[in-house]
Amino acid sequence: MTHGSGAHRTVAVEGLSRVEGEGSLRVEVRDGVVHDVALSIFEPPRFFEALLEGRQASEAPDITARICGICPVAYQMSACAAVEDACGVTVDQRITALRRLLYCGEWIQSHALHIYLLHAPDFLGCADAVELAERDRPSVERGLALKRTGNLIMETVGGRAIHPVNVRVGGFYRAPTVAEVGVLVEPLRRALDAAVATVAWVGGFDFPDVEGDYRFVALRSPGRYPIESGRVASSDGLDTSPAGFADMVIEEHVARSTALHARIEGRLDYLTGPLARYALNSSELPDPARQAAEDAGLGMICTNPFRSIVVRAVELVFACHEALRLIAAYEPPDPPAAFVPPRADVGTGATEAPRGLLFHRYELDENGLIRTARIVPPTSQNQITIESDLRRVAQASLELPDDELGWRCEQAVRNHDPCISCAAHFLDVTVARR
Amino acid sequence: MTDTRPTLAVWKFASCDGCQLSLLDCEDELLAITGAVRIAHFTEMSRAHVEGPYDVSLVEGSITTEADAERIREVRRSSRRLITIGACATAGGIQALRNFAEDGAYASTVYPHPEFVSSLDTSTPISGHVAVDLELQGCPIDRRQLLEVIAAELVGRRPVIPGYTVCQQCKGRGTVCLLVSKGTACLGPVTRAGCGALCPSIGRGCYGCFGPSEGANPEALAGRLLSEGMAPVDASRLFATFYVGNPVFGNQATALAAAETGLAEQEEQST
Repeated sequence: MTHGSGAHRTVAVEGLSRVEGEGSLRVEVRDGVVHDVALSIFEPPRFFEALLEGRQASEAPDITARICGICPVAYQMSACAAVEDACGVTVDQRITALRRLLYCGEWIQSHALHIYLLHAPDFLGCADAVELAERDRPSVERGLALKRTGNLIMETVGGRAIHPVNVRVGGFYRAPTVAEVGVLVEPLRRALDAAVATVAWVGGFDFPDVEGDYRFVALRSPGRYPIESGRVASSDGLDTSPAGFADMVIEEHVARSTALHARIEGRLDYLTGPLARYALNSSELPDPARQAAEDAGLGMICTNPFRSIVVRAVELVFACHEALRLIAAYEPPDPPAAFVPPRADVGTGATEAPRGLLFHRYELDENGLIRTARIVPPTSQNQITIESDLRRVAQASLELPDDELGWRCEQAVRNHDPCISCAAHFLDVTVARR
Repeated sequence: MTDTRPTLAVWKFASCDGCQLSLLDCEDELLAITGAVRIAHFTEMSRAHVEGPYDVSLVEGSITTEADAERIREVRRSSRRLITIGACATAGGIQALRNFAEDGAYASTVYPHPEFVSSLDTSTPISGHVAVDLELQGCPIDRRQLLEVIAAELVGRRPVIPGYTVCQQCKGRGTVCLLVSKGTACLGPVTRAGCGALCPSIGRGCYGCFGPSEGANPEALAGRLLSEGMAPVDASRLFATFYVGNPVFGNQATALAAAETGLAEQEEQST
């Protein structure tokens, strides 16, 4: 929707689509310059931090999974890590490996969803994947098959694709057998090929020439690409524990949004997610992922937000390869869960959700009841940077007619795969030209 | 050529997106579904929006704001059939725990400026606001049940959705009863089937994520849980999760919480 014309204009796109949740976006242009941008999240708040108070710490994984149906494993894993940290428990390596396998399933499911159903249609001028399928059915079917493989891992290890039932503080209710996990090998081999084909496919899209000046923040853990654990690192030299990072992050509440805006103390905004993980960890990628990235023309760092779709595809290759590696080395943990005795303390857990760093912090009492909870999802952390991107992309695209400018702005937001359901714990575009 | 396919709209209120994701999780059937129905409004999936009226609306999420209470009335007016999907839409979801808290207490815990947040003090099901034609239960809903509902709508028949308990599905699977054999707390005897009795099959008690079954007797189950040595407060929490907004579970949770308070008072008097 547009208002005004020429150098002063207001473009409004109401009901931002192909993102998870409800929000809006507004760009105001004055005298040919982008004057103001605002990303508003009007997803109704659900008050998870409040409803967790007084609950058993053991309930945190299942309750917080319900923050997001797209990345429930991320919530379960960060919740488990935080509670175990509070109780001073370190789990067996076999449990960590099984968690990582489950998490690979979520990355595959979520990345395939975003690449094929939410993001690729933008580059090909389609309203959605259904229209895309009319033009290129084999590509959409390849994406759906990849997504199915991710879900299959989640069902095999987690018991269910959405809100898995097998995760508990300390580990799992039941460890799948070697044979059950082995059934995943064939679909994963096909998925690995499909993921490599995905990188080549999205690598051939046309990308607007935009570079962001990002402060990247991601987990880093020596010798492997980060998923379920690590220290928090940044592109400007930060290296700290999850607890240390949680202390640095301040969240601000602005009137237009039910998602809190996170910054590192000292008022620094930052970006988490695939671009950040890749920039800080690309040297840890296994050969097939490294090779696919090279073939698609990606360097060790990518700062064009539109090319995040290529980085996501490279992470798909990684996740399929990593899942195969974990299955080849799989030994069922016995017992499937560590005993986690309650302890009055504070614990922090940070893991890499498909959309970026997700941290939980719980203060527990001596009976294992949650006294206070703090949950910081990736979209809250990325919100300020997404607005900067929106400003940059809008400014570089002012020659476009309003409807195309609106669509371009939507893309600037979708580049970061925002999960508004998580963040309000968006999308509706307004471009105003005056 | 005019498009004669029936139109389907998907609407979101306060929720996690998981139930509408179940539609996209029908990977093998998705393109067949979009061949048989025209997706007219589904913001998670498409930029395209076709004006109503719609033949079928699927509604996810609960009503937690004044604006959403108005929006659901508009959705109802533009929908021939309105089907609610999931625990949020059918019972208020986990966020209905706020219904049991002091007014405004939740907003001030989460937000530094609660005055920026326009939110009701309750989370209520869609049926509390408009007439609903069919409710599909689950947190999340089961993908196969969703396909059954869509298929039934297409031919105008009633969907085959069981109202019996998880217990019966456990028997069907041959899972040994956890409550009887190990004393594990399990809501299977009062919870609606639909998930496939997943939790007991991995040695975990059912946690009630499909809500109460038809004719559920939670009081009898609560008595059994207490006789197994469970504290009333723990049993109360078990009933007070994703279906706390359904009175069958919510009232039982309240009764058990009251029993805990009663016990604490007795202890205080005896010391």
